[in-house]
Amino acid sequence: MIWFGAGVLLLIAVAGAAVVCTRDVTNQVLALGFYGLLLALMFFIFQAPDVALSQITVGAVALPLMVMLAIARMKFRDRSRSAGDSRND
Amino acid sequence: MTDRARHILFFFPAAVLFLLYAYAAHNLPSWGSYRGPYGDAIARVAVYERHATDIVNVINYDYRAFDTLGEEFILFTAVLGVAMLLRHEGDALTRPAAKLSDEAGLSAAVRSVNLPALLVTTVFGLYIGLHGQLTPGGGFQAGVILATGGVLIYVCENTAAFRRITSHAAVEITEALGAASYAIIGIIPLLMGLPFLCNFIPLGTTGDVFSSGTIALISACVGVEVTAAFLLVVFIYLQEIIAGALPEDN
Amino acid sequence: MPAILHLLPYLVAAWLLLCGLYGIVTSRHLVHAVVCLAILQSSTYVLLLGIGFRLGGSAPIFADISTSKLVVDPVVQALMLTDVVVEAVVVALLLAMVVKAHEKSGSVSPNDLRTMRG
Repeated sequence: MIWFGAGVLLLIAVAGAAVVCTRDVTNQVLALGFYGLLLALMFFIFQAPDVALSQITVGAVALPLMVMLAIARMKFRDRSRSAGDSRND
Repeated sequence: MTDRARHILFFFPAAVLFLLYAYAAHNLPSWGSYRGPYGDAIARVAVYERHATDIVNVINYDYRAFDTLGEEFILFTAVLGVAMLLRHEGDALTRPAAKLSDEAGLSAAVRSVNLPALLVTTVFGLYIGLHGQLTPGGGFQAGVILATGGVLIYVCENTAAFRRITSHAAVEITEALGAASYAIIGIIPLLMGLPFLCNFIPLGTTGDVFSSGTIALISACVGVEVTAAFLLVVFIYLQEIIAGALPEDN
Repeated sequence: MPAILHLLPYLVAAWLLLCGLYGIVTSRHLVHAVVCLAILQSSTYVLLLGIGFRLGGSAPIFADISTSKLVVDPVVQALMLTDVVVEAVVVALLLAMVVKAHEKSGSVSPNDLRTMRG
């Protein structure tokens, strides 16, 4: 069990570095979701089911959802601003 | 500052920080040998004192209920901040809902799973919320699960229904009521001469759904508040896209 | 157990902290910086759970086991439950600020949002 836990911890370290090194924000959202699921797996191994449930719902679903909504809103703003500019020309 | 200079300026303090951290970690208990007294003391008495079997929720909503009250108001204030920053005044809500024109329409698989998925999500969220004092679960998790049920309605292209549900003033009122009822449950024992947030309801039998006194009640209030809060945040982010709003001309 | 295994969760927590810090320091997109802040916050979860873990202990749910069995620390888990939710709302508030900054200035790079204009 402890070797399994050690393996998942190393995976989390690699996944955390991967999330940081993903510079494109849309790809980073997917990496964040995967990282959240890995964290939830680690919480299960550490005998913390309550926290794992919380992490799955919040860190792997709600958090990527909110980041995606922010990106979508900014893209919508960009698109309508450029459409407005081209109409005013 | 150039990128390269920034990298170099970060690298050396980071290495020093890591070495200091590793040196400090030597004094922590080695992994797997938890020694502390508080966890064992609470695990020994919580089931008998509170007639509930999920110790984490007993700690959250009873022994350390004041912390959770503060954290719920953090949630409330953060949603208030998001609303203040991004809310549109005026007629943005009265324009007809724009259908999100995506390049590819919804596949038949998603369309057919929509309603069953919504039903399963709602029932599962209610189950998790009601059984928080017995098995892993509780108010926070249930609130987020129910809120994602609401987002499912939007994902499956029923934009009009989503807007009608979440732009209603009832969502904001529910959120405020959820946060306020937690505080009221804390104040009522004060009026009876007991400490703030004391567990004053009869405790019932261990293993029943209606057991453990105020723990189940507080969990329900928190669940209501978290659902409304997340639905409100999602709606505020999507408000512009749904209303087909154009940018202001100032 | 080899010596490194005694300290593994703490070292992984330090590594995640430094990764998050590196991401924020060298970020070129504000949303990327906010997500790296979320990675930073998750390093505390690894640290806290690493402290509370007990080999051979089971989850602190006594619904189906007897109350005399050894469990892992429930206090730390209670702290982390609220921590997870607070992380999500902090990220929501920060993203609202990023969206507002993008609305007003049209760019999302931290280098362009330097001075405040009155």
